[in-house]
Amino acid sequence: MPSVCFYFQVHQPFRLRHYTVFDRSPRYFDEFKNASICRKVANKCYLPSNRLLLDVIRRMEGRFKISYSITGVVLEQFKKYCPEVMSTFDALAETGCVEFIGETYYHSLSFLYSSNEFTAQINKHSELIQQLYGQTPRIFRNTELIYSNDLAETIEKMGRFDAIITEGADHILGDRNSNFVYRPPNCEHLKLLLKNYSLSDDIAFRFSNQGWKEYPLMADKFATWVNRVNGNGQCINLFMDYETFGEHQWEDTGIFSFMSHLPEEVLKHPDNCFMTPSEVVDAYESVDVVDVPHIISWADTERDLSAWLGNAMQSSALHEVYKTEPLIKKTQNEELLADWRRLQTSDHFYYMCTKYFADGDVHKYFNPYESPYDSYINFMNVLGNLKERCDESFGGRSNRMLSKSS
Amino acid sequence: MKVFMLGWEFPPFISGGLGTACHGLTKAMNDMGLKVTFVVPKPVDSDFSTHVKMLSPLQCSVPKTSADKAAADELLEWNNVKFHMISSPLEAYTTPQYYEQKIEELLSQRTPLSTQSSDIEPDVERWLRETEQIEHIANEHYGGDMYSEIHRYAASAVRLAIREDFDVIHAHDWMTYPAGIAVASVTGKPLVVHVHSTEFDRSGEHINQMIYDIERRGMHAAQKIIAVSYLTRNIIITRYGVLGEKVEVVYNGVEQNGENRPLTFNKIGIQSDEKIVLFLGRITMQKGPEYFLMAARKVLEEVDNVKFVMAGTGDMMHRVIEMAAQMGIGHKVLFTGFLRGKDVQKIYEMADLYVMPSVSEPFGIAPLEALNHDVPVLISKQSGVAEVLTHVLKVDFWDVNEMANKIIAVLKYPPLQLTLREHGNFEVRRLRWSGAAEKCRKIYQDILVQV
Repeated sequence: MPSVCFYFQVHQPFRLRHYTVFDRSPRYFDEFKNASICRKVANKCYLPSNRLLLDVIRRMEGRFKISYSITGVVLEQFKKYCPEVMSTFDALAETGCVEFIGETYYHSLSFLYSSNEFTAQINKHSELIQQLYGQTPRIFRNTELIYSNDLAETIEKMGRFDAIITEGADHILGDRNSNFVYRPPNCEHLKLLLKNYSLSDDIAFRFSNQGWKEYPLMADKFATWVNRVNGNGQCINLFMDYETFGEHQWEDTGIFSFMSHLPEEVLKHPDNCFMTPSEVVDAYESVDVVDVPHIISWADTERDLSAWLGNAMQSSALHEVYKTEPLIKKTQNEELLADWRRLQTSDHFYYMCTKYFADGDVHKYFNPYESPYDSYINFMNVLGNLKERCDESFGGRSNRMLSKSS
Repeated sequence: MKVFMLGWEFPPFISGGLGTACHGLTKAMNDMGLKVTFVVPKPVDSDFSTHVKMLSPLQCSVPKTSADKAAADELLEWNNVKFHMISSPLEAYTTPQYYEQKIEELLSQRTPLSTQSSDIEPDVERWLRETEQIEHIANEHYGGDMYSEIHRYAASAVRLAIREDFDVIHAHDWMTYPAGIAVASVTGKPLVVHVHSTEFDRSGEHINQMIYDIERRGMHAAQKIIAVSYLTRNIIITRYGVLGEKVEVVYNGVEQNGENRPLTFNKIGIQSDEKIVLFLGRITMQKGPEYFLMAARKVLEEVDNVKFVMAGTGDMMHRVIEMAAQMGIGHKVLFTGFLRGKDVQKIYEMADLYVMPSVSEPFGIAPLEALNHDVPVLISKQSGVAEVLTHVLKVDFWDVNEMANKIIAVLKYPPLQLTLREHGNFEVRRLRWSGAAEKCRKIYQDILVQV
């Protein structure tokens, strides 16, 4: 003890193209933009990171382990735009030191709106992971680590998951810390793995911050922080976006070299080890119940849903998407279903966030739109067209005049 | 600190944003304890002749109506601001060269040995008397006429200035630059020129050379230039050959709307379920009214229960009315003419969206006023105000398709309107004149230290 447990989130949405109310085309996604972003991030992050980690895993001869949660929508894009990324993930899977975690295929907020859709998307994702990497996920993480007791219950009922990964938010832990395995209050079997946000953010956010008192962060220093947990913790859950490596923290910050040296430094202490989430779950019993009656997430400082549901546009867009579910499913048209599901990706709603818009922070950096208003207008125009296509598939003609539709 | 401020218009005698800006700025300076002497010409425009003349505390005219009395009272409450009206401009039988020559003469007499203003006072008086006695002769050429007015104003300003005690001269827009230069020359005080608009904004590439020359001379004579936006700052640097270090940006503000607004109102001639898209401003090339109409036509292809209201007048008014008719959307476009006071408030209350499709807008106070009235706003990216507002819709003025797309979205999706209104109103509360006045004070202090 302690076991260091890495989990990396890999995701890219299908970004929409500019779509006005006058557009009639059934093509909603910006192929060019998606391809170029996918290739850019692949070259800066996915490819070098995968190669580096593969190299470290081989060098450590089975003593370094990691896990990934890769969304269905990003896997579709890898396959289409940069297949070489697929082969590096294949190689990682073959080492036996890499675990793949389950989530919703479309990185959606479906848990909040439609339990049918939620389980359907988890199953679709698990099938894809099984098909690609020969593993059926045992651990579940929800989009943006959104979690509550209700979610735990839903996942337990699915019967094939052993644990859920979520945020180790202070207000759910109280005076406890995230370095133990916990359990939800309403589940028999399921365990909880909570993110150690302090150590995770040291790598993901503070690593290159020259104003930080620990700058520059070296692998040996980080290892001493890991050692400090010794005797007072089972696991250190380091959960972060995979894009941390090379994209959020550029190569010249030394992030790759940090990751390359970290395993050796951590393993210098004989009590330390690396584990995948499943191994953590198998190795340790849960020590206590963590009660989360209200929804949490890993976003911003609020750790709530306000980044996706903070204003009237976001809630209207989400409601409208899920209101279309019966209509879409009635058409039994695979193409319409796929388009509709791609619209569920949480990023579309994140772009509509007005919370910090004026301050120009992280929300803006990842936003392909000039403003949250533009993203809402674009999204609603696309959704409007999708509904029309559904109506047309029944042979009906929808009335496009405002007086009828509003 | 005392400021000698030169303006061209002041509420209620306004034709655009300049008067509003001067009112807001001087009011905030008054609150902050800056002593301001504000010099304006007396209004002569026939458009405003039904309204009483603006009251000057010095002249002690008696207000004629209660409304005017209220306005007068408000001005009298400004302890730190003194207003001077310069009597009706003469259409003087003089040439611009005459005035310039006069200023030169005055300057030559102001030798280093005789810096006392009283020494040149008699000369200024003589100069003014000469102009006053010149017989009224109709002047066909507008530019020449305007030029004379400006120099008449300059001479009067110099007369006032030599009797006043102040630290800095602040001149608003080109009409007052010659006065600013003259006062600065005579008194030796530093000059700040405040650029609310340039000739390139008003006239595109077809500039009036005389106005450009006045602007350029003013900018180069000034110790500091205040631009109302970075957009304007760029024009000043690239078109007027001014060094960037001399140009500061001070954004305009908007006055808090303290009045209780009635919630019920009549939508005369407009059905209650009809949406209203508002254009409010001068109907001139600069404001892009034709793009508004082209977008309106596109909107009407998709949405039926909407009316487009164009409030304002201008030299393109007839052309725009004809254009609406030719497009076959005449019945959907209403023209109200120039609105003021309560009527402006009423039209804002009725509007679902305010559109400012300006081709070139140095700042644009109207969108701030719309937001203050809880009306969501769509502005062109070619406006200075786009630099300060984030919770608004923005579009290139020429992108009629996108303009229509956004107008339709506001009409069609209530949550969009709601979010824009909520955040926009909140955002506009931060844009107060006090901030602008504070920045001006800093600029004064900086140049006084240099001097």
